[in-house]
Amino acid sequence: MDLSLLPDGGMRWLDAAGPKSTIVLSTRIRLARNVRGIPFSQRAKDGDRTAVLERVSDAAASSEHLGTAVAFHLDQMERPERQLLHERHLVSKELAGLERESRPRPGAALLVQDQVGVMVNEEDHLRLHGMWSGFDLEDAYAAVEAVDAELGRLVPFAFHPEFGYLTSCPTNAGTGLRASVLIHLPGLVLTKEITKVLQGLSQVGLTFRGLYGEGSDVVGNFFQLSNQTTLGKTEDELIDHLGRIVRQVVEYEEQARDVLLRTAPEEVEDKTWRAYGLLKHARQLSFEETMNLLSGVRLGVGLKLLPGPGVYTLNKLLIYTQPAHLAAMDGRSTGDRELPTVRAAFVRRLLEAESS
Amino acid sequence: MLCDNCKERDAIINLTQVEHDSKVTLHLCEQCAQQKGVETGGAVLKSPLGNFLGAVVKGGGTPGALVPASGDALRCPACGSTLRDFRDSGRLGCDRCYVSFDTHLRDLLRRLHGSSQHVGERYDLPGKQGGNGVEGSDDPRSRLLELKAQLRRAVEGENFELAAELRDRIRVLE
Repeated sequence: MDLSLLPDGGMRWLDAAGPKSTIVLSTRIRLARNVRGIPFSQRAKDGDRTAVLERVSDAAASSEHLGTAVAFHLDQMERPERQLLHERHLVSKELAGLERESRPRPGAALLVQDQVGVMVNEEDHLRLHGMWSGFDLEDAYAAVEAVDAELGRLVPFAFHPEFGYLTSCPTNAGTGLRASVLIHLPGLVLTKEITKVLQGLSQVGLTFRGLYGEGSDVVGNFFQLSNQTTLGKTEDELIDHLGRIVRQVVEYEEQARDVLLRTAPEEVEDKTWRAYGLLKHARQLSFEETMNLLSGVRLGVGLKLLPGPGVYTLNKLLIYTQPAHLAAMDGRSTGDRELPTVRAAFVRRLLEAESS
Repeated sequence: MLCDNCKERDAIINLTQVEHDSKVTLHLCEQCAQQKGVETGGAVLKSPLGNFLGAVVKGGGTPGALVPASGDALRCPACGSTLRDFRDSGRLGCDRCYVSFDTHLRDLLRRLHGSSQHVGERYDLPGKQGGNGVEGSDDPRSRLLELKAQLRRAVEGENFELAAELRDRIRVLE
């Protein structure tokens, strides 16, 4: 399986071309769908899963939006390759089978074309998703919705007039829509306002989690904000609501950065330069430390305290310093003890290339 | 139980988050919970969502736990799963479960989402626009896909007579 088949590695969002992309890294839309009359994943037998994949693949092949999609059959891929796809946010930990030793069951697949993908046989038969650079809910939704509309004409989806799209877990029923933004909030963390903001989120029906994986650990001051409910509101209402709140959070973050610059300019400047210095010169870096240093540099770049690197480079570092990416680049295993050394060397190389 | 975060202090708070891919329960001590932005003084439970989170946590982390046990024996005739299965796993067996357990699920959906009535996009099954099912579909592509699915089922069921007939119809359409 060759990831180079994917133009821009399936991560065009890294280019930081979208609105507000120094604070909002990316916008993600996901729609959960199931094929009518086939048991959900919990009860599906291998034959059911294969039938789902065949139907989706046939439909994709005859569709406009997925007609030239690259297909990844996760049950036939080795663990490091599956982890690569997960680190690129293209498949969930569950679909990649990273939580257990055995391979994913038959039928576990990912189809990708341009910025839109379909996870097949995840918790729901289909999880359509798209990731856009910056804060761009409208474009991301329009693209995923177009794929949904086309597939829905080719594959019969499970739908109920009262409950809407039917999903394996009732928390996703109705629209099946989860919209989320990946947002960098160091200003709110440093001014200790973050707790209030996150509490406020849960009161307006939003939820947050960390940058990577299911552990919801917040590293590097990166947060994913998304809608909590999916039923009883239209897709546009859910997206508008998230959009309004995110705009507010971005505003709070900008205010917090102003406060930092006004009240502790030397400290902030020192912090960002230190982070930059460590990244440029350290000989060993853990993933978590890298994330935290990248956060400091990103803040410095956003505040124009640092001359560089560009946001594109910072985004690339977020992805390529993860264990499976480093290991793949250097022909090692993800558990290799020298990974921190390899990581530091890679970070130095990328930053030097940028500043030369 | 020790805190999942610091692995030092005793966990006193179970933080369950329903995320776009799955549910995660973290067992946290007071300090780590505060660091993660969870107000430990009960403020979370004052929010409308707090009631849901609280109930989920008490019941072991799945929305199924919000359904009363009285309906445990109810069984979905389509997939064979019971309401008890749903209470345990938080996952439904098939799309028909929404009809088989509709009273319980309507109540649950209201608690989870504040409503059980879908107001988003409507969906018509392929070919349904014409009102007479797949056979009458105006989109030849969806008709072809449906025939191919039928063909696979016929072959799996070793119904070769039907399979041959389906294959002929597919050829004509192609």
